[in-house]
Amino acid sequence: MPIRLEDYQEVAGPGVIEELRALAGRVAGRSMQHINSTPVGGGVAEILTRLVPLLRELGVEATWDVIKGDQAFFGVTKAFHNALHGKPEQVTAEMYDIFRANTETNLRDMNFTGDAIFVHDPQPAGLIARKQEIGRRWVWRCHIDVSAPQPDVWEFLRPAIEQYDAAIFSMPDFAQRMPVPQFRIAPSIDPLSDKNRTLESSYVTSVLEKYHIDPGRPVLTQISRFDRFKDPLGVIAAYELVKKRHRCQLVLAGGGAPDDPEGGEVLREVQQAAEDDPDIHVLLLPPFSDLEINALVRGSTVVIQKSIREGFSLTVSEALWKKKAVVGGAAGGIKLQVIDGMTGFLVHSVEGAATRITQLLGDRRLRERMGENGYQHVRQNFLVTRHVRDYVLTMLALEHPGESMIYLS
Amino acid sequence: MTPDQPKPFVFFTETRLVALTGRKASNIEELLQHLGQVSGSCIFYHTHYLYLTHHFEKPRFYNEFANWVSRALQEERLAERLAGIDLLEMTSIRDLREAIGRVIQKHLESDRKTLRTCPAGDEFHFCEARSFIMPTGLVAAGVPEFFDLLGNVTNDCLHFHFFEARLRLERPTNDFSQWLRDLGQTKLAAKIDRLNPYAMTLDELKREIVKLGRK
Repeated sequence: MPIRLEDYQEVAGPGVIEELRALAGRVAGRSMQHINSTPVGGGVAEILTRLVPLLRELGVEATWDVIKGDQAFFGVTKAFHNALHGKPEQVTAEMYDIFRANTETNLRDMNFTGDAIFVHDPQPAGLIARKQEIGRRWVWRCHIDVSAPQPDVWEFLRPAIEQYDAAIFSMPDFAQRMPVPQFRIAPSIDPLSDKNRTLESSYVTSVLEKYHIDPGRPVLTQISRFDRFKDPLGVIAAYELVKKRHRCQLVLAGGGAPDDPEGGEVLREVQQAAEDDPDIHVLLLPPFSDLEINALVRGSTVVIQKSIREGFSLTVSEALWKKKAVVGGAAGGIKLQVIDGMTGFLVHSVEGAATRITQLLGDRRLRERMGENGYQHVRQNFLVTRHVRDYVLTMLALEHPGESMIYLS
Repeated sequence: MTPDQPKPFVFFTETRLVALTGRKASNIEELLQHLGQVSGSCIFYHTHYLYLTHHFEKPRFYNEFANWVSRALQEERLAERLAGIDLLEMTSIRDLREAIGRVIQKHLESDRKTLRTCPAGDEFHFCEARSFIMPTGLVAAGVPEFFDLLGNVTNDCLHFHFFEARLRLERPTNDFSQWLRDLGQTKLAAKIDRLNPYAMTLDELKREIVKLGRK
């Protein structure tokens, strides 16, 4: 049975759905087109999968299109991604040409149907070139940490971004000095999706056993793409320190995404680092493994997200929603989700991660308290219903440019 | 169109979208410089937003400038002085901006040698809110009904009529007291005026107002 808006009433809290209906009534019949670079894999695609149907149920004509790109293009955009996150990348003139050529192809093939067009991340950012011809309201939705971008890549993108009517960043640290209104909208999780919904404990146990994980011993888990910014090798190093005191196991699980060609290389490095320890489980999960990911997190004792650079990392909210204390790298949006000492611990090093994991493994009540706090924190701030509201508000803000108090009769 | 003061009382609510200015400060001088240039909405946001958000522990200060100065710059004396600005004495955002500026200026003049720069990544980011105001559908025809309905309004509704109305919309007092005064309930209005909304949570404020109304 399809999930309906009403189904969120219980999990999101009283009044949330009524407020959404009241606000959406003010933009009913308008169309909102989302454009990104991948239909599956990664947080953006996951969010849009639920957000678009919910907007439609509210009367907003929401649609979702995906740009085309070959391996060369996604190689370039991965380099852009790294460079915008502040990791030095050699970006050549040829790479910029590949980006421009791919943008031209998509400009030719894409139908721009929205009254408001939300373009996600740098890959499709060049589509703004069509604005001059067709008008509409254009929003650049940036999901990555651009607080300290590599200057040449940012300057390449900036002229395009400055043509948008608004830009959205996940946290204030990512905002830029530019003549475009900017809004802060955090990403969100869908509490009713296969990745987050409640599961039978027997299923959780069966998934652990399927992957030869012992449910009787502590399980540390990091769910993420195999990406150097997620520091999987640092997680293994922290686990090795913890293992001196606790007979624990480590699960490093993630999938690939078509727009991330670097993943295979990182996976090989991780497998190599883990090969001598049967208690380290490196799992490359195929698409549509959401139920198993859900079970792996629910079956974990402590969840880790030891990122060095991070856009947001929805895996943190997903773990908090399951009442798991999270040890997270003090990077990007993790700092919004892990309230240090309340919903988990923020760490800056392998040693810090190991210390906090050890502390949590030795204190069940602390884990439970943080887990309960984390659940409440996500409920109030990081559910998809809040995200839907913020996108509706963005549409309304675009219709009232320059106004700070907007009266909706 | 703005919601004026009708009789009966129409309860409005407010929802916000946080806007980013791209401005950031890493020391007190930069903080002061930006404070002189940001919008009134920005000043209001950083002195009032924490009253609306849930906290696992009460924030040290509700004034975000004070929190940042304490946490990131470890300038405790200045943090306390910023937090000590009496928001009830302010009748406009302009007053508030000037009061904050005076406190920082005084600190800079007296204590320059302790000027610190925050660690990288811990800068103060200036935000502001786009506020969307809607009628709640709740309308009180008279005083008893007003207090009955007030018990059921959201914190956003309370925040709009009590905080936004006075400072951001520069009305002479909060909307509740004004409406009661218009109805001739001057004593009751004065009692509500005497409440210090900055010394309690919004839930506590609501309970106090309802208690006064039912006496």
